[in-house]
Formats: sequence, C-alpha cells, structure tokens
Amino acid sequence: MIAVLFANAFTRNAVLAGTAVALTCGLVGYFVVLRAQVFTGDALSHVAFTGALAALALGFDARVGLFLATVATGVAMALLAPSGRADDVVIGSVFAWILGLGVLFLSIFTSGQSGSANGDAGVTVLFGSIFGLSGGDVLIAVVVGAVVCVGLLAMARPLLFATLDAQVAGAAGVPVRALGVGFLALVGLTAGEATMAVGALLLLGLLAAPAAAALRCTSRPFTGLALSGVFAVGSMWFGLWLSGAVSWMPPSFAIIATAVGLYAAASLATAGRRARGAVLPAAVFVAVGRPR
Amino acid sequence: MIGGIPGPLTYPFMVNALRAGTIVAVVAGALGWFMVLRRQTFAGHTLSLVGFPGAAGATLVGLSASLGYFTFCILAAAIFAAIPRRRSARAFSEESAVIGSVQSLMLASGFLFVSLYAGNLTGLNALLFGSFLGISNAQVLVLLAVGVPALIALAALCRPLLFESLDPEVAAAAGVRVRVVSVLFLILLGAAVAEASQITGSLLVFALLVLPPAAAQSLTPGPVAGVLLSMVVGVAVTWGGLVLAYYLPYPAGTFITSLSFGVYLVARAVRASRDRRTARRPVPAARVVEVA
Repeated sequence: MIAVLFANAFTRNAVLAGTAVALTCGLVGYFVVLRAQVFTGDALSHVAFTGALAALALGFDARVGLFLATVATGVAMALLAPSGRADDVVIGSVFAWILGLGVLFLSIFTSGQSGSANGDAGVTVLFGSIFGLSGGDVLIAVVVGAVVCVGLLAMARPLLFATLDAQVAGAAGVPVRALGVGFLALVGLTAGEATMAVGALLLLGLLAAPAAAALRCTSRPFTGLALSGVFAVGSMWFGLWLSGAVSWMPPSFAIIATAVGLYAAASLATAGRRARGAVLPAAVFVAVGRPR
Repeated sequence: MIGGIPGPLTYPFMVNALRAGTIVAVVAGALGWFMVLRRQTFAGHTLSLVGFPGAAGATLVGLSASLGYFTFCILAAAIFAAIPRRRSARAFSEESAVIGSVQSLMLASGFLFVSLYAGNLTGLNALLFGSFLGISNAQVLVLLAVGVPALIALAALCRPLLFESLDPEVAAAAGVRVRVVSVLFLILLGAAVAEASQITGSLLVFALLVLPPAAAQSLTPGPVAGVLLSMVVGVAVTWGGLVLAYYLPYPAGTFITSLSFGVYLVARAVRASRDRRTARRPVPAARVVEVA
C-alpha cells in the first residue's frame, strides 16, 4: 500500500502535500471546534473560492488571491467583532455577498478566455485536485503548514485559556483579543493551504470532523490536539489510498468520507457517555492550570 | 442605449424568472427571518448546500432533480434536529462540528455523483450557481405548490415558534412542545431552501435567506413588520438583480447578492445612527410582550 503511494511523482506529491494539509487542519480544527467557530471556517473556505477566482480573472496566480483573501478576511472578521468572535449573522451576510462576487469572477474568467481547461478552473478551486499538485505547490503546502503548526503550538496554552473563559483569561493578563485575531489569521492560512489540496468546499470536513472525533475520545486538551492531528492525517492517507484503489472515487470524496466516518464511529462508540459536554470545560481548565 | 433594447417583460423567460424570483424571495424572506432570529444561519447555509448532492444524485439515478433537492434537504434538516441545542453559552457544543461535517460530506457526495455522471462537469456550475433564465411555466407552478403550503405552515407555527426562539425554557414551561416546534421549523426551512436552490443555485439561495431578514431585523424588532419588510426587501433586490442582469453581461446572482448586501449595510447604518440618538428599549422584552 505504501509502496504504491510513492510509486510516481504525482502520488508522492499528493502524499507529501496531503500530510502537511491534514496535520495543519487537524491541529487548527481542534481549536476551531472547541471555540465553536466552524461557521467562520465555512466562511473562510468560501472566501478562498472568490479570492482564487478573482486572482485568475485579473491574471494573477490563483494562490496569491487565495492566501490574500483568506488571511485578510480572517483578520477582518476577528477585528470587527468586539470579543474577537464574529456574530453568525454578520459572518453569513458578509460571505453570502463574497460568494456573489465569486460568481462574478467565475463568469468573467470563463467567458474572457476560451478553452476547456478554464471552464474547469472553478471546479478545481471548489473541489481541489490533490493529484494535480506540482512540486512548487507541495513546497508551499509544507512551508505554510509548518508555519501554522509552530504558530499554533506557540499560542496553544493562552489560546486554550482564552477559549474556555475569556473574562477570567483577560483578567489574568492574557491578550484575549490579540489571540482571537492571530488565531483567525492562522485559520485563514490553513484554509488557503487546504483549498489547493481538497478544495474550498470540502476543507471544512478536515477542520471539523477529526477534531470533533478527538473531542469525543478524550477531554484532555493536549491529548485531544494530538489525536485530532493523527485522525486528520490518517483520514488523508486512507482516503488517498482508497481513491487509488477504487477507480471511480475522487480523492476529495474519499478523504472527507473517511474523516466523517471516523467522527460517526467515535460518536457511536462514546454515545453512552452523554454527560461529557458538561465535563469538558472543567477538565480542560484543570489541564491548563494556573496562568502565569 | 438601454432604449434600443426591448424591455425585459417582452420575453417569456424574463417573465418566468421574475415570477419564480418573487416566490422564492417571499418564502425565503419569511423563513429566513426566523432563521436569523434563532441564530441558525450555519444550519440554513448547510441546508442550502445540501440540495446540490440531492440534485446530482437524483440525476445520476435518473430521477427528477426536484425530488433529489427535497429528499436531501429534509433529510439533513432531520439530522440537525437530532442534535441537542446548546443549553448555555459556556457549555461545549458539538452542534457546529456536526453541521460542518454533514455539510462537507454532502458536498463531497455531490462531487462524487457529478463525476460519476459520465464525468461531465458542465452541469456543475448550473447546480451550484443556478439558472435563473431558463425557468419553465411548470417550474413556476412547482415553486408555488411548495411555497404556498410552506408559508401557511409557517403561519400556523409562528406563535409557538417565536416563543420558543426567544425563550425556550419559559416556552417549555408554558406548555409549548419546543422539540416538535424546532424540528418542524428545520423541515420547513429545508423545504423552502430546496425550492429556492433550484432557481438560484445552491451557493446563492443563502443570500436571500440571510441578507433581507438581517436587514429587516436591524430596522425593526417587531415580528410582523420584520417579516413583511424582509419579504419586501427580498422581492425588491431579486427584481433589481434580474433586471440589471438583463441589461448587463454579468450573472444575476452577483447583482442580487450585492444589492441585498447594500440594503443590509444601509440598514445597519440606520440602526447605528438611531442607537446613538435614543437609548433603545431592550428588544427581547418588547418581542415577548407582542407574543404574549
């Protein structure tokens, strides 16, 4: 199974970039789910679509538009909300409009240039093409992934504290608002990175499902964080192998289906322990310990 | 320049587009108002995307796309209704993680269905972004057949729904069957979204569902005035967008979302200036008085 994946350049690229993307999504996703900001991730993934198509329509590299749009929107959403967490209705309103702009850029791009490859550009951005990544794409995915993971681990402790009790954390001198802004910038980077591999519409599954499965399995925060990364990377590898083994299955579908299946299995396995929702914050709080 | 082109109403396709747009905008305006009030924008957005795999799957097995839209949307509404709603702001909630995972899996399935369908991706953009200008008389009748019962059902449900949305605990104590009410609302929302997404496409129905109601709620806290205003705004932006798209070479979806977003921004600005002039009455109390 492993030998098959490394047999040629495009599967090797897919495995390398996929691992970086999955690890980043798993780690960032853990905090996204814990902070109940999955909808923000959803919004950022749609912004990625508009950003990439805007860059294509204006003649730039799609990746420039991608990262610019997701990071700028992430920071803007954090800055506009007084507590560093934007209201659902505001998020929804803004990204409904941004999607409308995405449609505009799609129509400009597809009508401005002829050729079948351009007609599929929108599809590639929406659903990804992990087996079509170049060596340069892999390098970007690995570098961005490393930056995000290091950044996240550096701020993990205060972020956890600020997530669980913003008021107490603020009183203890934790810069809650700056952490919220920094975190959404990292989520933006992750969204841009993952769009290249699994597509703007599907990266939400990699953010939400492995993290939620990990939260089901353990209430210890750092164990959960590691587990979430393991689940995400596992889903990526298994999905890639599955899409290679089953010829009609697109890789994006195989990866997401594995991640969501894992979450469903974790939910069923822990369905008896229903009270954990109430237990979790307290347990995490103990693990964080006294702030310095 | 415009005078040289025959008016939009001389073409049957434009007349049908305006009729369909009106029905969709009225139904989305009414249901969206409650969706925004209940802060269920994420669920609404996911429901609006779920129609896409439904339609793609139905087309794949040779059934009508409408059947697929309705089946999948109502199915997803039933899944969301099964998630326990969050009891307090501090308790950890899996709600957003479940919605995100479902959304991602559904979109991935849609992509799978489309790629299985003879590998032909040209229909994908129509499914995602709609085809406002190719609506038949029969489709208008289907829209009416779903829209009118949905509005009647909402009218029958609106008092307990409003009560439950504002204060679930008090509503339960007063004998409102909160669980039944919220399940019925999600199913109604699913049906309305399925209806609308056939015309506006999965990606843009959300704009009609969130932007006009959000604008209306910024302007007035009253439920009757709010729902009516939301319908009026929805119809106005839909007509404006369609007429603009008739004269200009850009997609209707872009104009509709941009006009709605403009109205929303104006509404927010009006409320902000009103807030500065007078200390506002607490809104929930005012609403409860109206319900009681």
